[in-house]
Amino acid sequence: MEHTGAEIFVKSLLKQGADLIFGYPGGVVLPIYDELFKTPKLRHILVRHEQGAVHMADGFARASGKPGVALVTSGPGATNTVTGIATAYMDSIPIVVFTGQVPTGLIGNDAFQEADIVGITRPCVKHSYLVRDVKDLANTIAEAFYIATTGRPGPVLVDLPKDVLLAKTRFEYPEKVEMRSYRPTTVANKRQIDRLAAALEEAKRPVLYVGGGMILTNAAAELKKLARAIHAPVTMTLMGLGSFPSLDDLCLGMLGMHGTYRANMAVTHTDLIVALGARFDDRVTGKLDEFAPNAKVAHVDVDPTAISKNVTAHIPVVGDLKDAMKKLNAVIAESKVDWKTKHKPWLDQIDEWKHANKLEYVKKTKVIKPQFVIEEIDRVTGGDAIFATEVGQNQMWAAQYLTLKNPRTFLTSGGLGTMGYGFPAAIGAQAAFPDKVVFDIAGDGSIQMNIQELGTAVQQRLPVIIAILNNGFLGMVRQWQQLFHGNRYSYTCMESQPDFVKLAEAYGALGIRATLPEEVGPALERAIAARRPTIIDFVVDREENVYPMVPAGSPINKMLLA
Amino acid sequence: MRHTISVLVENKFGVLSRVSGLFSGRGFNIESLSVAPTLDQTTSRMTIITRGDDAIIEQITKQLNKLIDVIKVIDFSEEDFIERGIVLVKVNSEPNNRAEILRMTEIFRGKVVDVSPKTYTIEVTGAEEKVSAFVEMIKPLGIIEIARSGKIAMSRGKKTLG
Ligand SMILES: Cc1ncc(C[n+]2csc(CCOP(=O)(O)OP(=O)(O)O)c2C)c(N)n1
Ligand SMILES: [Mg+2]
Repeated sequence: MEHTGAEIFVKSLLKQGADLIFGYPGGVVLPIYDELFKTPKLRHILVRHEQGAVHMADGFARASGKPGVALVTSGPGATNTVTGIATAYMDSIPIVVFTGQVPTGLIGNDAFQEADIVGITRPCVKHSYLVRDVKDLANTIAEAFYIATTGRPGPVLVDLPKDVLLAKTRFEYPEKVEMRSYRPTTVANKRQIDRLAAALEEAKRPVLYVGGGMILTNAAAELKKLARAIHAPVTMTLMGLGSFPSLDDLCLGMLGMHGTYRANMAVTHTDLIVALGARFDDRVTGKLDEFAPNAKVAHVDVDPTAISKNVTAHIPVVGDLKDAMKKLNAVIAESKVDWKTKHKPWLDQIDEWKHANKLEYVKKTKVIKPQFVIEEIDRVTGGDAIFATEVGQNQMWAAQYLTLKNPRTFLTSGGLGTMGYGFPAAIGAQAAFPDKVVFDIAGDGSIQMNIQELGTAVQQRLPVIIAILNNGFLGMVRQWQQLFHGNRYSYTCMESQPDFVKLAEAYGALGIRATLPEEVGPALERAIAARRPTIIDFVVDREENVYPMVPAGSPINKMLLA
Repeated sequence: MRHTISVLVENKFGVLSRVSGLFSGRGFNIESLSVAPTLDQTTSRMTIITRGDDAIIEQITKQLNKLIDVIKVIDFSEEDFIERGIVLVKVNSEPNNRAEILRMTEIFRGKVVDVSPKTYTIEVTGAEEKVSAFVEMIKPLGIIEIARSGKIAMSRGKKTLG
């Protein structure tokens, strides 16, 4: 029996186990929408802007570990996805984005709503396809999911011309994908693991430096095992947060530009830095020549291009991080070293750093400090929630003050730093986990970039809570202007702001405002109890800064502390 | 250092733009590039001449390997290989320089492939140095037009790209 391309699309997604699409219709994808109408098994969430659809697919993927799916029309629908795709690309998030395209005969004609989306997105996808023959469709979809989810994950775009959706062929979904040109390394080389274990045995001041790869490979349990077995301190990048419990004695917190004093000092003084699924981003290393100056570098990553790109690795290990962690733990289990005694002086030194400069801020009784809001969110949820963030000061305070326990509970745009990411990502996470408490920790600027998705949350009854740290500024930019541009606040104050409470109500959501510290806890409790989309407008101290801060291009032990 | 890199790719729509986009997007330099299908019509062979220190060349080969449509990458600089390019040169042929043009062509084992009352067009093939040397020698005789191909390369002996 023959099926249309649109039918094959729907059948393929179901075969793939992808039963949730974030999408927005239009002319060329009408045949697919017609099939979706007949296929209630395949759930579709109608967004308000295509950027939102891609961030939702991304948030869904980060929270659940399953690939996210977005579907949009050609031309403007497709171009609206670019920021979402680039965001997922920079953070290695597995999503598949389906874009409609004008019929193959019209491609290249500047046809109505034609955009060369494969060309436009080429630098920010892991791979992309333009399907030219319906016979290739099922295979292409299978390959797209395979590529998105294996190796170093990432976004894959599939462009679907309308005539391909209408043409017919037999449906056969491949059981297994094999590609001669794509065979990601999965197994870590045992000899390199042995070298890494030997280096750990020798080191006096080791640090485990953990990135997003630990979360992507679901290896957090192995990390705990390793750190505790060898009594080694753990520091995480923004993307790695959640992979090691914040309150563990061995946890140094985040490193880098807004990292903790102890994490940055530890990395500066370490003699062995073990990078686990991290990529030595400039926000982490600061001035590269002075980063970890005395350290031997071991680097485990599934992507060979990440190794020795910024920092030369003495012990490179290419392979799946979970596999590498398991092998490393097995070797460590055989070790005769008394790790606790060996690392005691180092851990004592770190403890000194910890007490020398803690994360702290001056509490006030009449104004809400933004850090206090995060501490209260942490207290009220007991850490049992999923937190998305926007970008800016809100994001950094969330990274510093939440005491995360579990992976996949902190969703943030680390690589691209996309304002407007957090709210749709939170909606995607909530769609994956309808019963969990899901927060978007937001800034007053960022939230206005995808605020339209309140309509989506209300329509779908997804009770995301938006906690706006409303400082009336593009706060992070204002902080740089204050510190590095002589207090010249050039265009960082939005003098006209919506009334966020009324705005929430206009969309049919709940709106709450808190202006005094004692109102913060009750506002949060009310929002969590309401189980409906909610905005809490926390009117916070307007000119609070994020500290510690390493000025861009400085060595990371040269921190501004207040 | 100058490197000659051959890349075996899937003969698919858009592969060339993925490869050239990789170079431009990451600021790697391409001195020349040639591409054509192999015996197997589903694959193409690209040869890229690029420059960079060891770290850059390592990134280039790793990044090429990372492209989904790339099947295999060889950097020839570490081994014995054959490199060939071709140049077509159109020169003014005056009664007083014809003999010199033909002499140069012979020295470089070139061929005169087109003749008109006022011009000779000469073809020379060879490695980069030879082709360049020929062009330098013929320049004083009055080049009207020049077309140079990208290079192609192959390992000596039994070794193959795939
Ligand atoms: C889409 C986008 N545009 C611009 C920026 C640059 N930028 C980084 S932080 C920031 C300010 C964010 O303001 P707000 O959301 O109010 O957060 P705050 O820093 O005040 O907490 C800006 C403009 C960005 N990261 N993303
Ligand atoms: Mg703000």
